[in-house]
Amino acid sequence: MSTLSRADVANLARLARIEMTDQELEDLSTEMDVILTAVARVQEVATSDVKPTSHPLPLRNVVRADVVTPSLTPEAALSGAPANEEQRFRVPQILGEEA
Amino acid sequence: MIRLSAHEMASALEAGETTSEKLTQEHLDRISSVDADVHAFLYVDTEGALAQARGVDAARKNGEKVGPLAGVPLALKDVMVQKGVPTTAGSKILEGWRPPYDATVVKKLKDAGIVILGKTNMDEFAMGSSTENSAYGPTHNPWDLSRIPGGSGGGSSASLAAFEAPLAIGTDTGGSIRQPAAVTGTVGVKPTYGGVSRYGLIAFSSSLDQAGPCARTVLDAALLHEVIAGHDTHDATSIDAPVPQVVKAARDGNVKGMKIGVVKELNGDGYQAGVRSRFEESLELLAKAGAEIVEVSCPNFEYALAAYYLIAPSECSSNLARFDAMRYGIRVGDENGASAESVMNLTREVGFGREVKRRIILGTYALSSGYYDAYYGSAQKVRTLIMNDFTKAFETADVLVSPTCPTTAFKIGEKANDPLAMYLNDIATIPVNMAGIGGMSVPCGLAPEDGLPVGFQIMAPAMQDQRMYSVGAALEASLLTEWGAPLLSRIPALGGAK
Repeated sequence: MSTLSRADVANLARLARIEMTDQELEDLSTEMDVILTAVARVQEVATSDVKPTSHPLPLRNVVRADVVTPSLTPEAALSGAPANEEQRFRVPQILGEEA
Repeated sequence: MIRLSAHEMASALEAGETTSEKLTQEHLDRISSVDADVHAFLYVDTEGALAQARGVDAARKNGEKVGPLAGVPLALKDVMVQKGVPTTAGSKILEGWRPPYDATVVKKLKDAGIVILGKTNMDEFAMGSSTENSAYGPTHNPWDLSRIPGGSGGGSSASLAAFEAPLAIGTDTGGSIRQPAAVTGTVGVKPTYGGVSRYGLIAFSSSLDQAGPCARTVLDAALLHEVIAGHDTHDATSIDAPVPQVVKAARDGNVKGMKIGVVKELNGDGYQAGVRSRFEESLELLAKAGAEIVEVSCPNFEYALAAYYLIAPSECSSNLARFDAMRYGIRVGDENGASAESVMNLTREVGFGREVKRRIILGTYALSSGYYDAYYGSAQKVRTLIMNDFTKAFETADVLVSPTCPTTAFKIGEKANDPLAMYLNDIATIPVNMAGIGGMSVPCGLAPEDGLPVGFQIMAPAMQDQRMYSVGAALEASLLTEWGAPLLSRIPALGGAK
């Protein structure tokens, strides 16, 4: 099976938004090899005639009437925020200074 | 009082022999005296529990109608949000967070007058089988403090075995209710997927996660099951159908004429000798009680573990994207004009533990373009094959059974550095989650070679949860006759115990 290099793991970590130390990348690339070899067994029986199942229940869309119901106050909604300002979540800059 | 079943405690409350306040205080005292050794709790809500207990006592005094478990204390797995009470899911990333709302399960518990003692320890975001992945240190098995209490709900199972609570709530994604129950000699039930609302359950793998009751007896689990189950408009995957009559089934414990299918693939090689012998003895007892034992084959179960470790990490990599350091939880590196992306990266590096990162990376890979069909897509096909195996097996048997786990509780640290060895604990519990059906673990004795508890697993078709309770109660009654006292009467006394 495909093996994951350190650079591959670094790319996955970037996609998953996790900063990782060199040691973590090293350990993970070794572990991923072992785990991926084990889980690749699913390919032995996953033939083209088998339909995939994403969910145990027959899913359907669930809707309700569009009426106003009680919800969190702004204070409650913001109560766990690392930072807030003027009844809003305060977040670090998303675009660069020049944008 | 603390050694009684929840049902007996409720009867004593009803008869006016004690009050909920006294009963709650006794459990809080027990927690003070043993939890330094067990570490089942991450947070004990002393004031909140006593206030709730006094409320139930007042209602009862005023002649108000209260529920069958009103005034009985319970331990809540820390993955369930409870308004105003610290909730971490065993993760550092949620340290200090106090949720602004109650999970539906929590609301139902409160409405039923069940007193919530506190939040129990767990593997971080329910990822693990030993509670060693908690950011707040491991929980110890009350049968032997050097061993694991199972996971991810090790705090809930340990609190029951240590008589810190008579009832607990767990959640089960791949076995996190049943495996801890098995290794602590307690009862744990994973209801049919959709049977209990997931609203307010911090999501790990949404198509697999299911909350359920944990207790010391089958009847107690059934009573709690009926409190927390039922349709909820806040959960789009909640089943809109009557709750199975589990209390009636647990009271009757009738297996006469029932066909019990032994799953050939979930026994034999890889299963500890003492686990197998206790399982075989239980089958004989059920046969004596009037059940017919048949063998069934589910050939695709051997691929369940591999499929699970693709599906669960894939869903977790998506679910855990919400921990972005913006709306709740910790925030790291927000200084000197750092970008949002850099803050996210640093927060998730510090906030997530090793197993969580491992699964996020695995899931990110399994879902990435070019690998999706080979990994996630193939795993979804295996899921279909497992469901087909169950459908076929349930044509010949009313319920299916197996040992809950291949071994008894292992030593803390023994498998911590070998993820694959750790994953093997869930080999017999995972198929149930893949198919969304119900599963229960009932204690069936101690393995002769190590004197540790063994669990007997019962699986029933979707929304036929009552069948598990019929079998569980029948087995429990037969074993009680054999032993003369419940299994937990044989647990060693904990240091500092009264």
